[in-house]
Amino acid sequence: MKLESKTPEGPLAEKWTKHKFNLKLVNPANKRKYEVIVVGTGLAGASAAASLAELGYNVKSFCFQDSPRRAHSIAAQGGINAAKNYQNDGDSVYRLFYDTVKGGDYRSREANVYRLAEVSVNIIDQCVAQGVPFAREYGGLLANRSFGGAQVSRTFYARGQTGQQLLLGAYSALNRQIANGKVKVYNRTEMLDLVVVDGKARGIVTRDLVTGKIEAHSAHAVLLCTGGYGNVFYLSTNAKGSNVTAAWRAHKKGALFGNPCFTQIHPTCIPVSGDHQSKLTLMSESLRNDGRVWVPKIAHKGLKAKEAASIPEADRDYFLERKYPSFGNLVPRDVASRNGKMVCDEGRGVGATGLAVFLDFADAIKRDGHDVISAKYGNLFDMYKQITGDDPYKMPMMIFPAVHYTMGGLWVDYNLMTNVPGLYALGEANFSDHGANRLGASALMQGLADGYFVIPYTVGDYLAHIGWNDKVSTDHPAFKEAIEAVNSRTQKLLSIKGKKTVDELHRELGLTMWEYCGMSRNAEGLKTAKKKIQEIKNEFWQNVNVLGGANELNSELEKAGRVADFIELGELMVEDALMRSESCGGHFREESQTPEGEALRKDDDFAFVSAWEYKGEGQAEEMHKEELKFEYVKLTQRSYK
Amino acid sequence: MKITLKVWRQKSKDTKGEFKTYQHDHVSSDMSFLEMMDVLNTELIKKGEDPIHFDHDCREGICGMCSMYINGQPHGPLQTTTCQLHMRSFKDGETITVEPWRAQAFPVIRDLVVDRTAFDRIQQVGGYISVNTGGVPDANSIPIAKKIADEAFDAAACIGCGACVAACKNASAMLFVSAKVSQFALLPQGHAERKERVEKMVNQMDAEGFGSCTNTSACEAECPKGISVANIARMNREYFSAMISSYEVKVGGGE
Repeated sequence: MKLESKTPEGPLAEKWTKHKFNLKLVNPANKRKYEVIVVGTGLAGASAAASLAELGYNVKSFCFQDSPRRAHSIAAQGGINAAKNYQNDGDSVYRLFYDTVKGGDYRSREANVYRLAEVSVNIIDQCVAQGVPFAREYGGLLANRSFGGAQVSRTFYARGQTGQQLLLGAYSALNRQIANGKVKVYNRTEMLDLVVVDGKARGIVTRDLVTGKIEAHSAHAVLLCTGGYGNVFYLSTNAKGSNVTAAWRAHKKGALFGNPCFTQIHPTCIPVSGDHQSKLTLMSESLRNDGRVWVPKIAHKGLKAKEAASIPEADRDYFLERKYPSFGNLVPRDVASRNGKMVCDEGRGVGATGLAVFLDFADAIKRDGHDVISAKYGNLFDMYKQITGDDPYKMPMMIFPAVHYTMGGLWVDYNLMTNVPGLYALGEANFSDHGANRLGASALMQGLADGYFVIPYTVGDYLAHIGWNDKVSTDHPAFKEAIEAVNSRTQKLLSIKGKKTVDELHRELGLTMWEYCGMSRNAEGLKTAKKKIQEIKNEFWQNVNVLGGANELNSELEKAGRVADFIELGELMVEDALMRSESCGGHFREESQTPEGEALRKDDDFAFVSAWEYKGEGQAEEMHKEELKFEYVKLTQRSYK
Repeated sequence: MKITLKVWRQKSKDTKGEFKTYQHDHVSSDMSFLEMMDVLNTELIKKGEDPIHFDHDCREGICGMCSMYINGQPHGPLQTTTCQLHMRSFKDGETITVEPWRAQAFPVIRDLVVDRTAFDRIQQVGGYISVNTGGVPDANSIPIAKKIADEAFDAAACIGCGACVAACKNASAMLFVSAKVSQFALLPQGHAERKERVEKMVNQMDAEGFGSCTNTSACEAECPKGISVANIARMNREYFSAMISSYEVKVGGGE
């Protein structure tokens, strides 16, 4: 199989404009003859469904939540980047492009990233027109801030809930099309299989989560906007329901999975408090602007936050300031995360579990006063106190890294189409724009860029080429087969009646992934993980206990199907991590480091996208390579010393 | 900690429900309320009993999916979502009563899970500004006074959880609907459709079977995002002014 990125020829800045002109158009009168399925209603899904319906296509939109508004984009706090240069501080489309490629540690496609930067400016216009209440200055114009170490202020924000406000904007556009009859929403409905006929994506099979009814839906094209797979780690900052099932089923039907091992670990999350922990909560990384990260020089087992003051200054190790004097506590996410885990692995971690470091505001409060700190971080301090019971004004916070975002996902070409014709992947569900590490405030940008400004053009080109007659009805045997496969899998899950709960097995998988396939990896550990995941998989299919029936609201059954897919994905992530024996972006490969112990990227061997092909049950997946060429950005090693 | 839980169990919309009592001996004060429920569910599954169904997703207080009355209060004793409530807010040995939202417009689906799609339908009739993707002016061509923008934001902070309806003795949705109406009525972008929007949304709210507002402000007191009842006053003003200038709006139908 040859991977064709379909990147247009010509100068970088002209590619998208030229490409848009070359794309075929669908006659306005014929648009109503086409049907498009959009799975997921987050930023990518809601914006795509609304925009396609506005053009005149008939859209079916699916979400597993009770309302499209609850998709996990809602939880994004920080902001959204756009190259508006409203602050006159030297930003430009080219600079946003450059920063994003560099931030991704040179593992993304230049042309895609340039397009992302290019349409970023339209996103802000669109959102404001919809009534998204971005932060404003006293003069009435939009406010910006610098985010995640960027040298320019290009981040637009809406207090600490930018994700919610952007999603409500896209959701309102979706609602308008529902009222117009152009979108039909299926809520509490989960996609359980993709149907491919004659090599093209033709529809999906879904389960109504309330009644258990299995249904087939056919369409001319299928868009997966189903988010990331961070919950393979069990504990992550993702919502509990976030899952890989739609993408994974598509993968098993032929779609290649790109860079599965690229995950992002966020350094500032609230640590685990015990075995009951069900998810992790992110604290904005803006806290590192004023907080100082430290642990005791000598291990103090079980040191509590309220006892931190008893450790004299001379006995504290401000390890980020010590190791990275020029960036200090503001080193990028991956460096902060890795060093935090490292001191805990040395036994110097704090708190009851020893898996935490202090983030101390005492100096900042002394310097700026309580009120200044409260104005900057008040809501975060309150949230921290709410969850932990500790008051960060009086004692240091405790933080620990957690899985936050997955850069890997379904492989797509420049048109956001997977290698299966008619199947598209948008937003976090695709692998495309963030390379090996995502910059802050660029996830929201990508989701909306894909949905509002890329897919309406590219999907039209595909539809114009196939024609509205080229559709398969749900009576086709392929749909019947898919329904049967879904039913028999459900029956199998219900019939095992073993001794372990789905959550117990999920937690075992998560611990294995975190230990061996997290931010720091080595070949030996990855081989151990491979064996362990195999054991978990065997145990799952022999010893899981899923109560209840198929024809009712059954949360255990939902979870079981998702965890079964996470286990298989885990195997592929480990395989991918084993293959990529370089340190890059969000992950550190222990065999690949500089003499000072910093990450060493190997551009000669690994400047490619790995795209994995499913070869059947029990067979090893086959890797295909898309070589990455950098014509505009110069490859350099990152240094934060 | 040890607690006793009295939980509403109801197999489906059409079956009769009842309270069941569970003794829960493995509670840590650090658990969130939902984690306490997770642990109980694991114990139930081990005993071969059906786990308790409840809605939840983000578990960080923003998606609005979690619900339930806890000791008679929506989302429990604090002004937060249930997922942000921790067991340290309860006493060792306490008996805690857990019920689904009670409102005609929010029928029970199973146990503590209710159907809140009425909220979606209210927004579908007009909770938007009618702009298509593309062809919009530059974002900074519409200056908005900071005070107005901030007020619109305060209204936009609503997470659509339904606690306002649950808190109201009449199961009124006025706080929710008024927050949406206010956001768009305050912003200049929303002015073109201002009258039609409020009429349509209020009519749909009534068609869904939500009750009337009697200004007790219980909704504001229980709202996890602190949405102010000033929005209700604003919506009433918007509604009356729209009626005076006689827009004709058909009454929508609920499900």
